[in-house]
Amino acid sequence: MIQILIAIFNSLMHIALLVAMPPLLLGVINRTKAWFAGRDGPPLLQPYFDLLRLMRKGMVISVTTTKIFQMGPIITLAAILLASLLVPMGRFDSPIHFTGDLILFAYLLALGRFFTTSAAMDTGSSFEGMGASREVTFACLTEPALLLAFLVLVKLSGSLSLTPMLHAPLAIGFRALPMASMLLIGAGLFIVLLAENCRIPVDDPNTHLELTMIHEVMVLDHSGPLLGVILYGAAIKLFILSAIVLHVIAPFQTGILLIDWPIFALEILAVAVAIGIVESVMARLQMRHVPTLLIAASLLCGFGFLLMLRHA
Amino acid sequence: MEMDFLMIAAGCLALSGVPGLVLGRRGMLGRWIAVGMNVIGSCIGGFGLILQFKNGGMSQLTFAWSLPIGSFSIGMDDLGVIFLLPILLISALGSIYGLGYWRQSRHPGNGQRLRFCWGIMTAAMMLVVLARDGVLFLMAWEIMGLAAFFLFDTEDKKPEVRRAAWIYLIAAHFGTACLFATFGFLRLASGSFDLWPQAAPDLPTWITTTIFITGIVGFGVKAGIMPLHVWLPGAHAHAPSHVSAMMSGVLLNLGIYGIIRIGSFLPQPPIWWGATLLVAGTVSGVLGVAFAIAQQDFKRLLAYSSIENMGIITIGVGLALLGRSFDRFDWIVLGLGGALLHIFNHSLFKPLLFMGAGNILYGTRTRKIDLLGGLAKTMPRTFRWVLIGAIAICGLPPLNGFVSELLIYIGLFRTVGADVGRSCIWAALAAPALAIIGALAIGTFVKLIGVAFGGLPRTGRAEHAHDPSASMIAPIALLGICCVFIGVVPETIVPMIERAVAVWDFRAVSIESLVPLYWFTGVSVALVAVGMGGFLAFRWHRQRMPVATAGTWDCGYARPRASMQYTGSSFAQSISGLFVWAIVPRKAIAGLSGLFPGRSRFRSETPDPVLDDALIPAFSRSERVFSWARPIQRGPVQVYVLYLLSALLLLLLFAGWTG
Repeated sequence: MIQILIAIFNSLMHIALLVAMPPLLLGVINRTKAWFAGRDGPPLLQPYFDLLRLMRKGMVISVTTTKIFQMGPIITLAAILLASLLVPMGRFDSPIHFTGDLILFAYLLALGRFFTTSAAMDTGSSFEGMGASREVTFACLTEPALLLAFLVLVKLSGSLSLTPMLHAPLAIGFRALPMASMLLIGAGLFIVLLAENCRIPVDDPNTHLELTMIHEVMVLDHSGPLLGVILYGAAIKLFILSAIVLHVIAPFQTGILLIDWPIFALEILAVAVAIGIVESVMARLQMRHVPTLLIAASLLCGFGFLLMLRHA
Repeated sequence: MEMDFLMIAAGCLALSGVPGLVLGRRGMLGRWIAVGMNVIGSCIGGFGLILQFKNGGMSQLTFAWSLPIGSFSIGMDDLGVIFLLPILLISALGSIYGLGYWRQSRHPGNGQRLRFCWGIMTAAMMLVVLARDGVLFLMAWEIMGLAAFFLFDTEDKKPEVRRAAWIYLIAAHFGTACLFATFGFLRLASGSFDLWPQAAPDLPTWITTTIFITGIVGFGVKAGIMPLHVWLPGAHAHAPSHVSAMMSGVLLNLGIYGIIRIGSFLPQPPIWWGATLLVAGTVSGVLGVAFAIAQQDFKRLLAYSSIENMGIITIGVGLALLGRSFDRFDWIVLGLGGALLHIFNHSLFKPLLFMGAGNILYGTRTRKIDLLGGLAKTMPRTFRWVLIGAIAICGLPPLNGFVSELLIYIGLFRTVGADVGRSCIWAALAAPALAIIGALAIGTFVKLIGVAFGGLPRTGRAEHAHDPSASMIAPIALLGICCVFIGVVPETIVPMIERAVAVWDFRAVSIESLVPLYWFTGVSVALVAVGMGGFLAFRWHRQRMPVATAGTWDCGYARPRASMQYTGSSFAQSISGLFVWAIVPRKAIAGLSGLFPGRSRFRSETPDPVLDDALIPAFSRSERVFSWARPIQRGPVQVYVLYLLSALLLLLLFAGWTG
């Protein structure tokens, strides 16, 4: 009985964090960058204000566009929301977990990409086409890295579901080979996190020139509530990918329910700070050098896989 | 009983084009008879398949024939169902589609021939699946190949069509030659032409190796596995669209059918059998889709995408063979089950896309993606179903392509499971490769959808496009509905797959026990529900707020024009850039010179490296080398009759001398 209640509580916490927390990550990243730049920066809660403002606004729709343009952000958000229910947070189980959900997770994100890029192409703008082209190109390089990292976790856990897979690092202890392997795929996954969420050094979310954008340029024509939906979806994606990275590089737990949740929340804010630091100390790469970085992510995960084989 | 139905169906299909030959060129009657016989034949055959599915097991019929070798022996098992069902379905839908697409009034010269060969080919394809005798199989195979040649060659007035069909003919006969060797060795190994034999335990390795290699090459040519795919893109691009749909959706499957049957020859094949297929599948998958995205002709794009899908299927079959080698039936079930389901799915969404491409071709008279644009507005009904087909072929949830790829993925992941040693772990590396294939497929179909259907019309052709009549929409709508249905409730089709796998390996366990499909159904339903709910909420919200319409944001440029939109070639360029080691586009730029340069042109095309850079140069060189043999080929028929006679005499002498 108490088990069931705890499970329900954990699921509710999962959903509550998922719904409420992602924009805060953006706020933390922006504050970190502002601190590095010696500015005051926007308030921590600014992303929430932005979302609320966008939801109340009217919008402009291009005459060129079709239903795809309006459906794109909504389907993308739906896919990301469902994907986020598959990823466990901290040491807790995800609300939904079953054999094979890792593939569903990867492909739900891919579905989001299909519709984001199709919506961008729908506007007929050269810039948005360029962004879509870059997005699908870089995805070809991040997807294998993600799957290689999953292979390592499958090998480690002997399971084909995200929840046990991502909980497996908790049980490693201080064995050198698996730890080294986790560090390698952790680094690989962090690069995937940066690329998938269009952060520096892959993409600059604050850049002012359409020609150099990736994600922002794909949504140039979306305004008002649709833009809000896109920003919110992007924040959730950042949140869940951060959660995955955390599982690999920082598997901590105390075993006490009411402490582990805050620990998880703090950890995920720490990831946001780390992203902010990366964004502050690095310049973005030239577009033609981005593939090198992403291939490096695949290689890191591949070496992690090799080490894991040595371990087995 | 079910065999009778299938034989009647095959007869009905085979004869469907014959009345049209007699009924004259102008009349409508021949067309309607052909369509009616196709539909009725398919229904009868479908009834036979239902009976087979109900009764299960293996049924066989043998008739006497007057040839000295072989026998007219046909049979049917649960594995055949997976291949027969698409043949029947696409032959009926394709002939309905052809009613509008290939009107007799527009194509008086070749319409009759097309319908005649269509019927012959579908019947021959059925016979290939049903044949239980090596000689009969090869005869059906050859009839199928020749009928396919005449179908590819439908518009033989155009030189490029003749060239593509010619390349197909050469490739097909190369494949058939390999199959002669395969079946010869099968006979040597088993002592009879009965199909499909199991190897005797003490068979020498060189025989099994030869059977496997010649079989893979012979069937691989038909399936279009790289680097044996050379005939495929050209032939598919130049054939009428419903013929391409049939070829791509059904004909290629039969190559895989042969590989699957050859794979069951040895109870425990050597590891390199599975490994070869895994590597071949990965190469076809990745390069197939990489070439697909670089294409500018949307039918060639779809053709290369077929190579990709055959690659995915081959990965699954390779995994199943590894399962046989390592005695792991979960790999067999997931690998072969995924492959069979993908075969079935591919024969739903690929004909859908080819017929959709036919609609575009019909409405705009061009195959160049970069001349299109804005078709979502001018051809909304085509757009709706092509979009579904595109999502399905990218393997995205909640449509059917996802389910089959999921099974193959899970099978590959199980090769690294905790209970497996290190011996076979390299097989798991096909999973990241499959992820690359998936990501590239998204690029490919976003390009097709985005450039052809999105944006503004780039040319007048696209601007004045319009949806075709209902006979060209209904078939693709039906296929689209099937894609959604299988995607959301795969449980309905899985029993059929499981039983087909059990033919190959009777120990097979159920798919449901390895992958909880009901969860995926749940998430698919939730996805559709959340998406629809979100869209309705958005609609409701939209009515309460100001919505303005304007042009697309042009970044401040004053006079944007439709021709300034991002083209498909530009879209594909950055991905092709990752594959520079394989894709070498040929560019022709007329240089600018002088102070006031005149008009300039830029042209680029993506040749096929195997065909255009290796085979054609090699063949033309060998033509030069063997020019001394020219005088033998004089041309008059009498000379060839003389050759035949002398060959026969020589054989007689040889027989008399040895016997």
